[in-house]
Amino acid sequence: MMNLRQQRKLINRTALSLALLAMVFGLFWLFWILLTTLDLGFASLSLKLFTQMTPAPGSEGGLLNAIVGSLLLVSLGTLLGTPIGIMAGIYLAEYGQHSWLGSVTSFINDIMLSAPSIIIGLFVYAVYVAQVGHFSGYSGVIAIAMLVIPVVVSATSNMLKLVPDSLREAVFALGAPKWLVISKVTVRASLAGILTGVLLAVARVSGETAPLLFTALSNQFWTLDMNQPIANLPVTIFKFAMSPYKDWQEIAWGGVFLITIGVLSLNILARILFRQKHRS
Amino acid sequence: MQSSSPLAIVANSGSLDNDDKPNVELKTQISFRNFNFYYGQYHALKNINLDIYHSHVTAFIGPSGCGKSTLLRTMNRMYDLYPEQRAEGDLLLDGENILDKNVDINHLRARVGMVFQKPTPFPMAIYDNIAFGVHLQERLSRSQMDDRVEWALKKAALWDEVKGILKQSGMSLSGGQQQRLCIARGIAVKPEVLLLDEPTSALDPISTMRIEELISELKEDFTIVIVTHNMQQAARISDYTAYMYLGEMVEYGITDQVFIKPQKKATEDYITGRFG
Repeated sequence: MMNLRQQRKLINRTALSLALLAMVFGLFWLFWILLTTLDLGFASLSLKLFTQMTPAPGSEGGLLNAIVGSLLLVSLGTLLGTPIGIMAGIYLAEYGQHSWLGSVTSFINDIMLSAPSIIIGLFVYAVYVAQVGHFSGYSGVIAIAMLVIPVVVSATSNMLKLVPDSLREAVFALGAPKWLVISKVTVRASLAGILTGVLLAVARVSGETAPLLFTALSNQFWTLDMNQPIANLPVTIFKFAMSPYKDWQEIAWGGVFLITIGVLSLNILARILFRQKHRS
Repeated sequence: MQSSSPLAIVANSGSLDNDDKPNVELKTQISFRNFNFYYGQYHALKNINLDIYHSHVTAFIGPSGCGKSTLLRTMNRMYDLYPEQRAEGDLLLDGENILDKNVDINHLRARVGMVFQKPTPFPMAIYDNIAFGVHLQERLSRSQMDDRVEWALKKAALWDEVKGILKQSGMSLSGGQQQRLCIARGIAVKPEVLLLDEPTSALDPISTMRIEELISELKEDFTIVIVTHNMQQAARISDYTAYMYLGEMVEYGITDQVFIKPQKKATEDYITGRFG
């Protein structure tokens, strides 16, 4: 017969081992994916990848047009989505907390946050691409902005809600109007957190394939014309990796490597930023 | 004595001789008349009648939840931020009812400054922490602003510690320095009244002592109202003391009288530690 103390110790050990096991199981796959990606991707890394256009099967080429296209789509999408997201987040945290409009908005935002990105892609296809009659960079930008907005909204409103009311009161106590309280103090106090949210949003959308498949599509050639279909990494990877051609598959792995490194560094940057905020 | 209220008689009968200043005529700065305050349904302040005198320190004491902070926060209408809170009755600042709908609330708050329990430096440079409030009320040239910042920091006894680091963030200062920064910020806009809500409760004894000294100096220029949990502090720094209990004003008078010869049994019990 075990005494109570031994029994507790045993339960504690069992629970701890199970939790550790679950963690190892999860991390195992994660690291496997990461290692495979980096390994295969690194092998196909070369200067050509950054200097040449996507090739026809059997000829030499790289990903230059797709890299530039992706940078364009993601940065324009972020530029479009971030201000809207920040403003909406400010509304939710500072104005709409007790109003029905605020609660409805934040409920809808939660749905948008977890909406499958393919739905966003199809939506933009239906309301924009199908109307103008052709795929285009602009439609891709809109789809990306729609994915960025909910992430930025929730990051902004969550960070603003962390600002203690005592700080808000202190600004009001000096006779400051509300818009100054928000713009000069509360947003500033949560700026690092908001920027972190933007970076995480960028990290999230930079690998999205589905919404671009229906909007920006892809382009074998170099273009900066956003009214035309434009090359981008995710769709190019999708196309090349699914192809039977060995050289295309290798280029796809190179693209996978670039996206992985990009997302990884964005996440690390976000963490560093956030930690700095918490030190001050 | 301008007023015939019983409090003024108490004030008159008490001696101000042990004060440093001459027995000047008392000027009423703030008056509560039949003042009531509600948090939603809860009746938090009950029929308060009180005069607060110009250029003196008035302390509110009483057990937690007695309404002393609530009373303080009505004087700059801080409760306006919360829709479920409301006040009834008259609250006069220099004879003008500040509960009136037409009162410019931002202007009121420029006249009635406030320092909070926890230091609340803004996330900006020390200089900008002070300049922020001044910018809201006045247009000053760069050099005038420099002078104002220096003046406020000197008044708050912080200048010598920060004059070389004005560009540094206000958050980088120690707790006691942050609180003096908040006081400097409050007086930089040259208010008439300064409300202090337990300004030393988060500070160590040395910082507390510095701020108490500061309060005694500041009362030359400002009317000061302070909420404190520390009865010794009220006794040390205030000229008038109000004892509150369960939302009612139990006793109000000259601090020495309230502490040495309280009129009410309840006050005596509280200040002698038999209750509270």
